[in-house]
Amino acid sequence: MSGGVDSAVAAARAVDAGHDVTGVHLALSRVPASTRSGARGCCTAEDARDARRAADALGIAFYVWDLAERFHADVVDDFVAEYGAGRTPNPCLRCNERIKFAAVLDRARALGYDAVVTGHHARLHGGALRRSVDSAKDQSYVLAVCTAEQLAHAMFPLGESTKDEVRAEAARRGLAVAAKPDSHDICFIPDGDTAGFLRRRLGAAPGDVVDDETDAVVGRHDGAFAYTVGQRRGLGLAHTGGRPRYVLAIEPVSNVVRVGAADRLDVGRLTGVHPVWTTGRPPSASFDCSAQVRAHGSTSRATARLHRDALDVTLHNPQRGVAPGQAVVLYDGDTVIGSATIDSTDA
Amino acid sequence: MHYLDHAATTPLLPVARAAIDAELDRVGNPSSVHAAGRAARAVVESARERLAAAFGVDPIEVLFTSGGTEGDNLGVAGLFRARRDADPLRTRIVLSPTEHHAVDDTARWLAAHDGAELVWLAVDPTGRVDPESLRAALRDPSAVALVSVMWANNEIGTVQPIAELAAIAREHGVPMHTDAVQAAGPLHVDLSTVDVDVMTITGHKLGGPVGTGALMLRRGVVLQPVLHGGGQERQVRSGTLDTAGAAGFAAAVDAVVAGRADTVARVSALRDRLVGAVRQAVPDVIVTGEAAPRLPGTAHFLFPECDGDALLMLLDAAGIAASTGAACSSGVTEPSHVLAAIGVEESLARGALRCSLGWSSTDDDVAATGAVIGGAVQRARLAAAVR
Repeated sequence: MSGGVDSAVAAARAVDAGHDVTGVHLALSRVPASTRSGARGCCTAEDARDARRAADALGIAFYVWDLAERFHADVVDDFVAEYGAGRTPNPCLRCNERIKFAAVLDRARALGYDAVVTGHHARLHGGALRRSVDSAKDQSYVLAVCTAEQLAHAMFPLGESTKDEVRAEAARRGLAVAAKPDSHDICFIPDGDTAGFLRRRLGAAPGDVVDDETDAVVGRHDGAFAYTVGQRRGLGLAHTGGRPRYVLAIEPVSNVVRVGAADRLDVGRLTGVHPVWTTGRPPSASFDCSAQVRAHGSTSRATARLHRDALDVTLHNPQRGVAPGQAVVLYDGDTVIGSATIDSTDA
Repeated sequence: MHYLDHAATTPLLPVARAAIDAELDRVGNPSSVHAAGRAARAVVESARERLAAAFGVDPIEVLFTSGGTEGDNLGVAGLFRARRDADPLRTRIVLSPTEHHAVDDTARWLAAHDGAELVWLAVDPTGRVDPESLRAALRDPSAVALVSVMWANNEIGTVQPIAELAAIAREHGVPMHTDAVQAAGPLHVDLSTVDVDVMTITGHKLGGPVGTGALMLRRGVVLQPVLHGGGQERQVRSGTLDTAGAAGFAAAVDAVVAGRADTVARVSALRDRLVGAVRQAVPDVIVTGEAAPRLPGTAHFLFPECDGDALLMLLDAAGIAASTGAACSSGVTEPSHVLAAIGVEESLARGALRCSLGWSSTDDDVAATGAVIGGAVQRARLAAAVR
């Protein structure tokens, strides 16, 4: 129970369904702030209080579990290391994989609980993970890293509802968090300044910005970690002849940020590593599906082929801004088939 | 519910409730000069006299406070500033490493912001202060502002050789503060035979109301105030006197003193049965500080390879309210500085459980705990294994 409206309503529905429910709030920050600033961040004392009051309203026991060390090792340090290696990680996905459906679930099961219930917007029935009915709020993408074993001990009671319905239900139930704003951005970077956070952790690492067409140095950067594939704004480039330039690639070894024209962003093929199959195994060695390559991104018809432990995905409609480190999630309609971490991309 | 957390707070005694009840509708500020004020003042002064008699001081030496935290802050910071102001060479605060946070954090704050230098006393594995280490710390008494050693520990229950320590401080001419929050009630705390100069007690740990407390301040000992204002209590402590609170506090103290021998015999027998039951259920349990004199109601356990937070949760689910004993902020247990000070390594300290019994404890509480502790520890060990 984060202290937000979704987990509060999820807990309420689990109680209504007759389960024996215990509320758990995760303390994930080593130095939690005491109050929220706007809608950013999480895990403040104010959020913990909101979660506690929701548990009180539901009449369930409530505890705070301190997972700050695990979270820092598995999510925050991983986030920094991935950026340092020129990739673009998704920390929410990592948190689901390593914290919510690993550390929390393992501890809960050891204590005699059967499942972890969360307020994620996704459907889960009979082992099939599906998109939420609210496509704008769907979180199946960040849950697609969960293994069949993890999903067997997960419950997402909100998947059949829109966010508006969830808020209305919270209000109807008298939960004070009904109107609490959604959290945004990355919870451990409450000021939203990801580049500044990474600069503090990784230090400045000046390098060249190179135009992919001419191989000419067209600018300098203070650290490749401040750039994301597909980025256009804030490049501060001269000598581009007035043509719009986008980040095409980040090359960690030479510390080069490579830029080029928009059409060079199109990715038609990608390779994914560490595939995870929602049902425990791939449907076949080669199959048609639809693929999503970033959170809240659009999908493309795709063909996936397995080569040993890697996954080759051909996107029938080339996608822009596909960054190594993000996940490619494969769907059959609105049902998740599996996911992999994007390792390389190609036109 | 089986309540085994009397060291956190103990239920209000019926006599205290009645005394509070009798005063709640009274109008009149005890500091007012009119008849209503005088009547309220009479209630407060009667309470002061009863507290003085119970703890072996004169009524003028009893200052009402809001509780233990205020008393410890006033005792330590007030004594430090007064002594340092009188002689700037007195910068040292000598204290044990097992003090309650109200003393420990006050001393650390004074070190960080007010030029204090902290001198830590040596403790043995039961948490008892070595009197020789106090002698060593006082070798140059002109540099010492005060000594602060708690009478009995809130986590593990160890009782300090407070008379001996106080005599050493007195011998060196250095004033001593003691936090007697846990000791007042179960132990015979008598300042007519113990040379401490400033002592903190609180109401709610002995059956009085929360928000009441007292600082026993020997005549002639100067403290700088922490709360400034009307100077109601000897110009040292300001704030409107709490008539009903003082009445409830004094009623609780009277009852505790009158019934002490019986209560202590009953509670310590229950505690020993509890320790026996836990030992039978979990043979490898370590009972902290068992070899030392300790509070009659406190049993502190260390379960190897166990997760104390998970154990608390499981006991809670079984209707048993206990504690890890360590400080807790916004629901997250902090590592215990007391266990660290007595040499318990961090992994073992994670498996700590404090059960504290008091006046309302029953055989049934002990039996219920004995019945579930084995299974709960077993499960909490599984939780520790997946950390």
